[in-house]
Amino acid sequence: MTQSISIGRVRRVIYLGAEALVAEGEFLGYGAVFKLRLRKPYRAPELDREIVSRRTAAEARTMLMLKQYGVSVPRVLFVDPLQGLIIMEKVEGAVLRNALEALGREEACRAMVELGREVGKMHKLGVSHGDVTTSNAVLRPDGSVYILDLGLSKHVEDVEDLAVDVHLLIRVLESSHHSAKEDLMKCFMRGYRSVVGSEVAGKVLEKVAEIRMRGRYVEERRVRKST
Amino acid sequence: MVLVLGIESTAHTFGVGIVSDEPRILADSRFSYVPSKGGIHPREAADSFIKNAPSVLREALSQAKVAIDSVDAVAVALGPGLGPCLRVGATIARALSTYYGKPLVPVNHAVAHVEIGRMLTGAGDPLVVYISGGNTVITARYGGRYRVFGETLDIALGNFMDTLVRELGLAPPYVVGGVHALDRCAEGGKYVELPYVVKGQDTSYSGLLTAALRAYRSGVRVEDVCFSAREVAYSSLVEVAERGLAQLGKSEILLVGGVAASRYLVEKFRALAEYRGVKLYVVPPKYAVDNGVMIAWTGLLMFKHGVTVEPENASVKQRWRLDSVDIYW
Repeated sequence: MTQSISIGRVRRVIYLGAEALVAEGEFLGYGAVFKLRLRKPYRAPELDREIVSRRTAAEARTMLMLKQYGVSVPRVLFVDPLQGLIIMEKVEGAVLRNALEALGREEACRAMVELGREVGKMHKLGVSHGDVTTSNAVLRPDGSVYILDLGLSKHVEDVEDLAVDVHLLIRVLESSHHSAKEDLMKCFMRGYRSVVGSEVAGKVLEKVAEIRMRGRYVEERRVRKST
Repeated sequence: MVLVLGIESTAHTFGVGIVSDEPRILADSRFSYVPSKGGIHPREAADSFIKNAPSVLREALSQAKVAIDSVDAVAVALGPGLGPCLRVGATIARALSTYYGKPLVPVNHAVAHVEIGRMLTGAGDPLVVYISGGNTVITARYGGRYRVFGETLDIALGNFMDTLVRELGLAPPYVVGGVHALDRCAEGGKYVELPYVVKGQDTSYSGLLTAALRAYRSGVRVEDVCFSAREVAYSSLVEVAERGLAQLGKSEILLVGGVAASRYLVEKFRALAEYRGVKLYVVPPKYAVDNGVMIAWTGLLMFKHGVTVEPENASVKQRWRLDSVDIYW
């Protein structure tokens, strides 16, 4: 006699990125998100296996560590590095990018302060996110902010890694929330500073200014020319 | 009909091309400096350009069957490239422009690789992967410029390949019969672990080079070193290109530059193109490497949009970035 026991199911693909497929469904009765790193036909199979399993394991390990030390990231429910699969809890709430558009000034500021605190906590633990955007954050009904997608996170080597996180966020605000970007950034920095302290925050902002001036990012270079 | 003569001399090739706006390639004349040992020695290369430039120029004019008087503009690659080499082409172009009273068009070598690729393949708005001895750039047009989506953080892919085979004692010559020494050496190789680096949207090859040579010195078979180093280097490039496709929403890939002639790399990109359902264009090998035609063609596009430079201002720019050039066409 055979019988299948269902421990989870995938309902809907949310996103198909360059590296992974993200879907939602259930796992062990929880609302869950499935992140599956895809096999690439252009890589030698041995190399492909190595990359997929290494990145999957690293991402899951970072999530577990951050959760343990109080950063608001999704709980990891299941990991299979060989398959490239991470199953995590689904965080209920609104994607911050959409929420910011809908919220009043004060509430939007409060959400950015929360985001700043969470990023600050990560940085304090020596982890940079690598892709801090308002699309990778969820505002929960209780006002807390969760950070998603640790796929590009890494151990911090120097202040540059921290600054890149802040720099990326500024660029996102410029393109997605242009009218309010300065206020929103101030709120973010208020939360960030409250966790990492003024000294580190100051150093990070200095580095951010340097990155903007490097000339790799063309819009800023134009600004520099005209001033 | 508009006729433009273009001069290329950024690295190892002194080339003169003549094109018309039909578009037609009327002349393609080249001299290539081949080092007897090691890599390009800039001064030796420049000296050999000076010796050979007159005959290359004469040959181009006779191929096109035109007198220099009937050319509408002279285009020259002012960078990026090796200073001594660049100055040979720039000096000749300034002299021709001044003596014959022809407008001078300042062409960026990287833009020229992209434009000749688009013209010859018919690619419209592709994600461009520009790979050569001195460049590894993933770029796409946005807002009037070729924006750099990703690039190498240290050495170029071609430079990595050349240095590796040279250190392994397999080159020069680096390319024989259109096949790079690395491809030859990789035959029958098996995969051994080497550091795979993708930093966000950028690649890096210097650590891989060191690790591959260390593996060889510690006794790993040379074919395994070649195979694995190539596999890791190419795969990281293709991965960044895939990110570019996903993020920029492009439906075409165009490979340009000298390394685009590598059959094995093209295979990898073909696998990516099939997997993502996009179209792959590859510049023909003859125009993958440096040549005067691409400078003439890009110069023609620029000339038609009124971009010229006074000879006294036409100085070379060794580090002239692709994304600092306005694209009007």
